[in-house]
Amino acid sequence: MDFKGSDTLPGPRTGDHLPHTAQAAVKIVIVGGFGVGKTTMVGSVSEIRPLTTEETMTQAGIGVDDNYGSESKTATTVAMDFGRISITDQLVLYLFGTPGQERFWFLWNGLFEGALGAVVLADTRRLEVSFDVIGRLEERGVPFVVAVNSFPDGPRYPIRELRAALDLAEEIPIVECDARRRASSRDVLMTLMRFLHSLATTGSPR
Amino acid sequence: MTPPRRQRRYPRHEPPPPPKPGKQGEAKNPERLYVVAGADEDGARAALDLVTLIVARADPPPSATPEQAALLRLCTAPLSVAELSAYLNLPFSAMTVLITELLTAELVQARAPIVRQAVPDRSLLEAVMHGLQRL
Repeated sequence: MDFKGSDTLPGPRTGDHLPHTAQAAVKIVIVGGFGVGKTTMVGSVSEIRPLTTEETMTQAGIGVDDNYGSESKTATTVAMDFGRISITDQLVLYLFGTPGQERFWFLWNGLFEGALGAVVLADTRRLEVSFDVIGRLEERGVPFVVAVNSFPDGPRYPIRELRAALDLAEEIPIVECDARRRASSRDVLMTLMRFLHSLATTGSPR
Repeated sequence: MTPPRRQRRYPRHEPPPPPKPGKQGEAKNPERLYVVAGADEDGARAALDLVTLIVARADPPPSATPEQAALLRLCTAPLSVAELSAYLNLPFSAMTVLITELLTAELVQARAPIVRQAVPDRSLLEAVMHGLQRL
């Protein structure tokens, strides 16, 4: 039995170790609202069981009110799930699923600044949840693609209509996916990589 | 049925600079608890990314704290800062303090990530695509 506080140190399972030759890593961020399937997508393509990194911050600034003059601050934990894909013996890709609220992004240095690009995971039942995320990425100049996670009970719109609703620039790819399926999630990542490659070929993004 | 509509935004002239450790209390952003609780006396901290790879250079010395010893035992093979944070159950900012101590003591080596460039490296992107195709 695996009790918390047992003597065994938590660590990578056999086979979850990187080779000693691993020289550098790159990252891709999967961003979207709560319950949109970020962790599902990370888990479906990751070679390791998805892990969680946390950051703790004080409550001031999180709530509705500013905490002027108040000495009582409550600690809040923000969690981010991530997974890993070994690309070569030297190169590793990490995927981070992060909450859509920009005020959490600064907690992890360079989360978006250093990422190759981002996948905005959207849900047609709550499309407007993605609006602000997409705007923030546009403002920051982070290259991204949009993946619409198909939920059985979600309304279906033609891609053309979704593109118009999201007011996406013509060159930004938008695809449908099933985040539970490895092949589908892999295709989303390939769509992002091909988009990044086209930006590298044509020169500048937008 | 028509979906709701969004309005496009454009890059700001000045992209927001990455926040500097220790100065965050002044901004609107909430504070990281462990920035205050960290052990770095002069505020100096290595620039560590979530995906900086950390490798132990030595066995834990007798003087190592339990956290330092645990970290050194975990990264006998390379592990990212994010993985170390997950396995040790420590917040990211606490991890960076711990790793900075070990870097200063030359007990670990840090392998910097490849970050996005203004002009992306096509061979890097192609390598990632080949890797994904094998999934």
